[in-house]
Amino acid sequence: MIAFWIILTGSLVAISCGLLGSFLILRKMSMIGDAISHAVLPGIVIAFLLSGNREPLSMLLGAGFFGLLSTFIIEYLHQKAKLQTDAAIGVTFTLLFAVGIILISVFTGKVDIDQDCVLYGEIAYVPIDLWILDDGTIMGPRPIYILSTVLVLIVLFITIGYKHLKIGTFDPAFATAIGIPTVLWHYLLMGAVSITTVASFESVGSILVVAFLIGPPATAYLLTDDLKKMLIITCILGVLISFFGYWLAYWLNASIAGCMTVLLGVFFTIVFIFAPNTGILAKKLKSNKNAISI
Amino acid sequence: MDDLVTFFSFSDPNIRYVVFGSILLAASSAIVGCFTLLKKKALVGDAVAHSVLPGVCAAFLFTGTKNISFLICGAFFTGWMSLLLIDYIVAHSKIKKDTAIGLVLSVFFGAGIVLLTFIQQSGNSSQSGLDSFIFGKAAALVGTDLVTFGVIAIILLVIVSVFFKELTLVAFDENFAKSLGFPVKSLDMLLTTLTVLAVVTGITAVGVVLMAAMLITPGAAARYWTDNIRKMVIIAAIFGALSGILGAYISYVAPSMPTGPWMVVTSSFIAVISFFCAPKKGIFAKWVRNNVNKTTMRDENTLKAFYHLGERDEDFELPRSMATLADKQRIGEKQLKKSLISLCSKGLIKETEEKWILTKTGVQDAARIIKLHRLWELYLTNYMHIAPDHVHDDAETIEHIITPEIENELEHLLGYPSDDPHKQKIPRL
Repeated sequence: MIAFWIILTGSLVAISCGLLGSFLILRKMSMIGDAISHAVLPGIVIAFLLSGNREPLSMLLGAGFFGLLSTFIIEYLHQKAKLQTDAAIGVTFTLLFAVGIILISVFTGKVDIDQDCVLYGEIAYVPIDLWILDDGTIMGPRPIYILSTVLVLIVLFITIGYKHLKIGTFDPAFATAIGIPTVLWHYLLMGAVSITTVASFESVGSILVVAFLIGPPATAYLLTDDLKKMLIITCILGVLISFFGYWLAYWLNASIAGCMTVLLGVFFTIVFIFAPNTGILAKKLKSNKNAISI
Repeated sequence: MDDLVTFFSFSDPNIRYVVFGSILLAASSAIVGCFTLLKKKALVGDAVAHSVLPGVCAAFLFTGTKNISFLICGAFFTGWMSLLLIDYIVAHSKIKKDTAIGLVLSVFFGAGIVLLTFIQQSGNSSQSGLDSFIFGKAAALVGTDLVTFGVIAIILLVIVSVFFKELTLVAFDENFAKSLGFPVKSLDMLLTTLTVLAVVTGITAVGVVLMAAMLITPGAAARYWTDNIRKMVIIAAIFGALSGILGAYISYVAPSMPTGPWMVVTSSFIAVISFFCAPKKGIFAKWVRNNVNKTTMRDENTLKAFYHLGERDEDFELPRSMATLADKQRIGEKQLKKSLISLCSKGLIKETEEKWILTKTGVQDAARIIKLHRLWELYLTNYMHIAPDHVHDDAETIEHIITPEIENELEHLLGYPSDDPHKQKIPRL
C-alpha cells in the first residue's frame, strides 16, 4: 500500500507538472519554473508564521502569491529595465530564496521548515500524512487529495484554454492580432505553475518539481512535433518514471525523489540517442547514407 | 558601534578569515559572471552549482574523508561535465538552451541526492558538515579553507586578466572572433572552466541555490553603470566585494544570521538601486528622458500651431485664444494649458488678456521647426521618391529630432529650396 501511495503521488505531480511544463519549454521559459519553485520559499514561511500551522490552503496562498510576484518582477525588470531575461530570472529567484532563508533563521524554533525540505522534500512521508476525519475514519494520505485537486484544476485549465495557450505559445503576435489576451494567459499559466509547484513541493521537494516540469516534456518534445501527442507522451512518461523510480529507490534503498530524477535522466538519454528521426543515432545514419549516395 | 570597530579593525583572526574569504569569493565569481552574463548564459551558473553535488558526494564516498581538495576535484569534474552536456544537447537536438540547463541541473542534483542518501546510511562520522558544502556556511570558513579558496581565486583573476581581450571578443561576437582566427572552442572551454572554478569555490560560502546570484547579480548591476567591459568587470568586482563585506558584517553583528543569504540580499539591493537609479540606463533616468522628450514635442507642436495660424493671417504676432490653438492640433485642453505655461516661461510666447502672442524668439523657433518639417518632406519626395501626400506623418516625428548639422546637410543637398512639395514656403531664418 505504501508503494501505491508514493507512486500515485509521484504520478499526480508528474502529470500536473508535465502538462504545464510542455507549454513552458515551448515558450522558452523552462527556467521560470525553476525560479518559481525557489521563489515561493518566503511565501511559505510567511504563511506559516501567520497561520501558525502547516494548513495547506494558507501555504498555497502564500506561495502562490510569491510565485506570481516573482514572475511579475522578472517581467518588470525585463520590460522596463531592459535586463536580459536569464539575468532577470537569476537575480529575482535568488533574492527571494535568500529572503526566505533569512526569515527562517530569524524565526528558528517557530518555523518547522528548513531549506533541506525545500530542496529535497520527502515523498516517503506521504503515506504517513493521513487525513483523519473527526469520527476517526481514515481517508488516506492528505497530499493525494491536494494533488488530485490540483491535477483536476490543471486539466480543466488546459482543456478550457487549450486553443488560446497553443496559439499564444507558437505565434504570440498572431494571438494578439486575433484578440486573445496573451498577457492574461501568460499570468494564468504562471499562476498555475506557482500553485502546482507549491502543492507538489511539500511532498516531493523543489528539485523533483523542476525535474518533472522540464524532463518529461523535453523527452516528449524529441519524440513528436504534435502538441497533443507531446502532452500525452509527457503524462505516460511521468507515470512510468514514478513507477520505476520508486522501485529503483526501493532496491537501492536511496532517496525516492533522487531516484525518480535519475531515471528521468536515463529516459531522456535513451530518447536523445535512439529516437527515430531526431535521435543522434538516426541523424548519424542519415548523414552516412547521404555521404554514400553522394 | 563597538561591533563596527572590532569588525573593521580585523584584529580577530576569525573575522579576518571570513571577511577576506567572502571578498575573494564574491569578487572572483562576479568577474567571471560578467562574461557568462554577456554571453547570455547567465543561468549556467545555477546549473553548475546544482551539478557539483554528485561530484562532492562521490568524492566523499570514494575517499571517506572530508578533505576539501578531494571534494573540490569531484565538484569540479561533475560541474564541468554538466556544462559540456548542456552545450552538447543544445547543439545536437531541437531542445533549447534554457530547457537543457533545467534538465541537466535537476538530473545531476537528483543523482547527488541519491548519493547523499548512501552517505547518510554509511554512518561515516565525518559526514556531518558535508551539508555546509551544499547549503553554504561562510561563517564556518577556517584558515586552511581560506588558503585553498585564496589560491583558486587568484588563479581565476590571473587567467581572466591574461585572456581579457580574447574573452571579451568571444563574449560579444563569437563569429567575428572565429573569422579573426581565434580558437573560439578553446576559449569557450576556458570560460566554462572558469565558471566551474568560481562556482566550486563560492558554493561553500552561499550554497547551491544562491550561487547563481554571486555570478549574475553583481554583473547585471554593473551593466547599468557603463558600456565599457573593463569598467563593468571592475564595478562588478567592487559590488561583489561590497556584498561580501556587508554579508560578513551582518552575520557578525547578529550571529544567528546566515552570511550567504545576506550577501545575496545586499548584492541584490545594490542591483535594484542600479536598475532604478543608474544614470542613462536606470528606470528613473529613462522615465525622465521620456518625459522631457514628450514635453519638448508637445511644446514644439504648439509653436507650430502658432506659426500655421500666422501663415494663414500673414501676421505672426497676432494674439491667439486657446480655442483657436486647440483647433489646430490634436491636444487636450489641460495639455495645451501646460504647454502654453511652459512656453511662456521659456519666453517664446507671452500672455495678453487670456490670449497668447509669439515673441520675436518664439517666431524664430517656430519657423525653424516648420522649416525642418518641410525640408524633410522635400527630401522624402525628391530623394526617396515618396508621393507628396505620404510624407507628412514621417516629417511630423522627425522634425523634433533633426540636429543643426543634419539641417545644414539637408539644405545643402536640396539646394536651399524655397518651397516644400505642397508648394508651401520653407521659412528662411
